[in-house]
Amino acid sequence: MLSYPTVRVSLLFLAIAVAGLFVADIAITTANPWRDLGQFFIGVATPNFFSTEGLLTALLRTVAFGFVGVALGSFFGFLLALVYRLLPVRIFCAFIRAIHELFWALIFLQFFGFHPLTGVLAIAIPYAGIFAKVYSEILEESDPEPSRLLPPGTSAIASFLYARIPDCWVQIRTYTAYRLECGLRSSAILGFVGLPTLGFYLESSFSQGMYSDAGAMLILFYVLIATMPIWVRPKLLPAYLLAAPFFLGEGFPIVWGNVERFFTEDIVPSPLRNGEGLAGLSSWLGDVMITEALPGIWNTIVLTQVALVATGLLSLLAFPLISKHFGGPVRRTSGHVFLVIARSTPEYILAYILLQLWGPSMLPAVVALALHNGGIIGHLIGRQTNAIELRPDAPTGFTRYSWELVPRVYRSFLAFLFYRWEIIMRETAILGILGIYTLGFYVDSAIQNIQFDRAMILILITASLNIGVDVLGRFIRRKLALQTMPTC
Amino acid sequence: MITKQIRKWLVSGFLTLAVATTASAQTFVFTAIPDEDETKLVERFRGIADYLSEQLEVDVRYIPVKSYAAAISAFRNNQVQLAWFGGLSGVQARALVPGSEALAQGVEDQAFYNYFIAHKSTGLERADELPEGVRGKTFTFGSKGSTSGRLIPEYHIRDRFNEAPETVFSRVGFSGNHTRTLRLVESGTYDVGALNYKVWEKELEDGNINTDDVKIIWKTPGFPNYQWTIRGDVDERFGEGFKDRVRQALLDLDDPALLESFPREGFIPASNDDYEPIRSVASELGIID
Repeated sequence: MLSYPTVRVSLLFLAIAVAGLFVADIAITTANPWRDLGQFFIGVATPNFFSTEGLLTALLRTVAFGFVGVALGSFFGFLLALVYRLLPVRIFCAFIRAIHELFWALIFLQFFGFHPLTGVLAIAIPYAGIFAKVYSEILEESDPEPSRLLPPGTSAIASFLYARIPDCWVQIRTYTAYRLECGLRSSAILGFVGLPTLGFYLESSFSQGMYSDAGAMLILFYVLIATMPIWVRPKLLPAYLLAAPFFLGEGFPIVWGNVERFFTEDIVPSPLRNGEGLAGLSSWLGDVMITEALPGIWNTIVLTQVALVATGLLSLLAFPLISKHFGGPVRRTSGHVFLVIARSTPEYILAYILLQLWGPSMLPAVVALALHNGGIIGHLIGRQTNAIELRPDAPTGFTRYSWELVPRVYRSFLAFLFYRWEIIMRETAILGILGIYTLGFYVDSAIQNIQFDRAMILILITASLNIGVDVLGRFIRRKLALQTMPTC
Repeated sequence: MITKQIRKWLVSGFLTLAVATTASAQTFVFTAIPDEDETKLVERFRGIADYLSEQLEVDVRYIPVKSYAAAISAFRNNQVQLAWFGGLSGVQARALVPGSEALAQGVEDQAFYNYFIAHKSTGLERADELPEGVRGKTFTFGSKGSTSGRLIPEYHIRDRFNEAPETVFSRVGFSGNHTRTLRLVESGTYDVGALNYKVWEKELEDGNINTDDVKIIWKTPGFPNYQWTIRGDVDERFGEGFKDRVRQALLDLDDPALLESFPREGFIPASNDDYEPIRSVASELGIID
């Protein structure tokens, strides 16, 4: 077995994660974690839909921010995709998508304040970077044959519109619809930093232990996501897109002087602002690196590696839940419900809930990341196994699982996992805002202390780390010759 | 019954929409640091908004925020003109907005104090100084930007042990706000915590504390705390003498229910200089430059 490179790579990552477990802070610190968890489930079972007068508005705002953000992201992402072969464009896109929506929101909050633009741009900017990359991959893989058949002299635009686009239109549409779902999740969590979406009320009810109210919001959110195929229809889309900007709320007017101040003063490192010159700058940078960046980077990497392997293990355990090769229709339906809930819940919300119930350590973060990402990969792999036809006399049970199915899907499983590596790291960093000592913790602390220069340096470090992991992940996928179509 | 509630829900949803879209540029907006449970804050400050609106004859609106920094940024960016800050957040905000001033403070804010509290399992008892026995326990602050939840406790921990909180305690967390600190120590999630005495006493009075599980182990010396701070440019925007009218309205506030919601006996004049002790402690701890 060890002669297979995929097995060797898997074992290497497993070993790193086990070593990570020894240095990671894994603990349940609450006195009665199970009682709290029980109360939470009772809350979800007895939802109170009439608690907050603003709940309906919040839901509307969640949808509106999601739509406008994703629409803008998709439009600019498409334009960028057309010039994606240029190296500067690729670097620019990698950079903007390496910064998480919540970090973008925290940045815009400092100068746009509570203006709808804060939420819209927080979604649109990173999404444009992601769309650019994926659209360009889709376009690249389109069949070149139709364009060759066009008469000479056909304009580039005409050949693009009539020969390239039709070939990959379905893929573009499917992917965009998928991102819209992600956009609603992003929109919901923006509430945690103060935008008027669902997360705002969810955080309030949760921190006060009003689990029935929180349960109602979660249920509404699941219903919203699960019914998307019904209410998001191609024919209705233009109407939604035209209406959405009017439902973002007014917020407060933008003061442009604040924008200028942010870029010309706030984010300039304080030694430069105070005229301490390069010597002051280097000691300031050294201080940021040693007291904040390095511990943050260390914890981010440890947590990412542990969460990555936990995600992998969970995906492998979860895919039989929806595979036609195991169990009856009842088991499969409940498996589907479980996986839908696991993947529809944003990691941030899952981590927030578990942190409230279990107390602060890396454990809630690992479980949250594994549940969400494992739900996604398990779903994709499970669906893939349904396309496999086994011989009538194929073994059953555990032998079928370990000798027939896992080997057949293992390569695509690894491909998905390495694809999500960067995404897991981006989330890991952001979970620091909730009190785990990853990079996000130090970014949040700097913002709480009104030290935006420090916050910016730390955000840039986080972005570079993500880009590094993205490059490494792509390298490993290429080495192992793993191919995959992008997922959320 | 249900349909009636649904209708109420829909109507209130659309009303919120309507209200949100009619807030004009001439609305006087204020905020407050989120130091307690949000429901309590919203209830309290909507009352204040109604009161100020009546007294000042302009639209007054309260907006809730999710962090101390968001309150400061909104004030700095002129999206709110008045704020109920803590000692530290007020100092930070006034340093960022030239011309802004502390208008009024609660009677109790002249000499505010903190309680360090501990879970029963620690066996710690109330003492005249912070007990040595807290060493090695887990500890939670309130919010990162809080005066009584972070600044003052950190100052006293360093003063008593000559070490950073991270080395004195086995685990240091930030609960988010005072109510949460109380709940986390009461449930034993953290062994020890520090909170604002007003929150403790109000919760105790309302019967929300199980004193078998959590008790006070130390009371800090006094320090200046909460205050109303206003931007210097409100007179230009809302008319000559507006600032003085706001101050007067706050000083005149005598509605017992509103005062009880803070809870404060009443408001008295304050000045920027009253908060110099807070500024110097924050600067010593490196929280402000």
